[in-house]
Amino acid sequence: MSAIDPADPPPLLAARALAYARNEEPIFGPLDFSLAAGEVVLIEGDNGSGKTTLLKVLSGLLEPTAGEVLLNGVHLTLAKLSHQVALLGHLPGMKLELTTLQNLRFAVGLGGIRPGITPAIALASVGLAGYEDQPLRLLSAGQKKRVALARLLLVPAALWLLDEPYANLDREGIELVNRLLLMHAQRGGAALITSHGAYAYTSGTPRRIALRATTAEPAGREAGA
Amino acid sequence: MKPGTTSAACVALLRRDLALTWRRRGDALNPLLFAVIVVALFPFALGPEAQVLERIAAGTIFVAVLLAALLSLDSLFRSDLDDGSLEQLVLSPHPLSLLLACKIAIHWLTTALPLIAIAPLLAMLLHLPDSVLPVLLAALALATPLLSLIGAICVALTVALRRSGMLLTLLVLPLIVPVLIFGAGACNAAQAGLPYAAPLLWLGAWLVLALVLAPLATAAALKISLT
Repeated sequence: MSAIDPADPPPLLAARALAYARNEEPIFGPLDFSLAAGEVVLIEGDNGSGKTTLLKVLSGLLEPTAGEVLLNGVHLTLAKLSHQVALLGHLPGMKLELTTLQNLRFAVGLGGIRPGITPAIALASVGLAGYEDQPLRLLSAGQKKRVALARLLLVPAALWLLDEPYANLDREGIELVNRLLLMHAQRGGAALITSHGAYAYTSGTPRRIALRATTAEPAGREAGA
Repeated sequence: MKPGTTSAACVALLRRDLALTWRRRGDALNPLLFAVIVVALFPFALGPEAQVLERIAAGTIFVAVLLAALLSLDSLFRSDLDDGSLEQLVLSPHPLSLLLACKIAIHWLTTALPLIAIAPLLAMLLHLPDSVLPVLLAALALATPLLSLIGAICVALTVALRRSGMLLTLLVLPLIVPVLIFGAGACNAAQAGLPYAAPLLWLGAWLVLALVLAPLATAAALKISLT
């Protein structure tokens, strides 16, 4: 997408000729793009175009078939050691039996904590003050999503990879996501968001990366299922 | 604890899994009940003669405990896979093998330790001579963590497959047969008045080996399962 000038400081995230294939069937790529600090970029594509898979590759969960991912100019497998990426996938990664606060405390234990924030403050800032001791099971799908967003606020990751963050959220929730993204960008973080276009990031005009299905997809296949 | 130390991550994981086990304590008791029922059924089937029961006591308890622990293995990573927690564990900057070692430790603490705790009761049910009880407890204390560790590798390999129960059992069984032979063998030797230290030492040696290697193998197997 954008040429990388060797004189510049390395971008927060850079993908070079990145491609992923599952069982020799190409899922996406090759892709070239970079993401600077303070940027929010939308990844757009239809169902099955590989958005979820792209985020999994960028987070280090999947090994790319070709190309490389650089985080602050460091190869991802090394950079992974530095608490820089937070992935919010389709699955919340939280326990339904535990309370919101217990879940967030676990996330903090696992991922570390950003200075100046506590799990209770994070819950309040996603509009769930008073739900600290509610088991996650009793919350609605949208509220669970908000707890997952509170996790992003807590962990000290500079790069957020959000997979369909607007799904299940009401209008207020969508505004909340946009507000959190703006805040994150302003303090020097960056975010990649997938969207099939139904809802969009509204703060400013974000850069878009279009993802197309690389081959004729078999009918009925879900993105990154 | 700003960037999050590995020990903080392990403590958080231990606390979460203990809290979860407490919330699901009904499920957690299942293996325990299973072992008690199996052992309690033997006197009904074989008759109450003390000499008969005494001879099969150690072996029966060992088989019941191993099967009960096997029963609980499938749930080791299942819920973490289903709700995405496993992805978060893999993505965390801490060594995955260490985090998994914590999970395996919790599995042993919550399933095998209660079984060892009721083993004296089971031994009483089957008229196991009092002199053999310490050997039985020592053998169980060495064999059950070995089962959790070996089992974890197999669970990690099969967790991504739906309906993996059958495959898991087939994978684990041949691997725990030596554990059973040496564990029950030590008890039988003690009962016959023979030296029993050698089989226990063998179990101990395997346990040390498994403690070091199994978490690494589990981590590698899990990464394969997730792709």
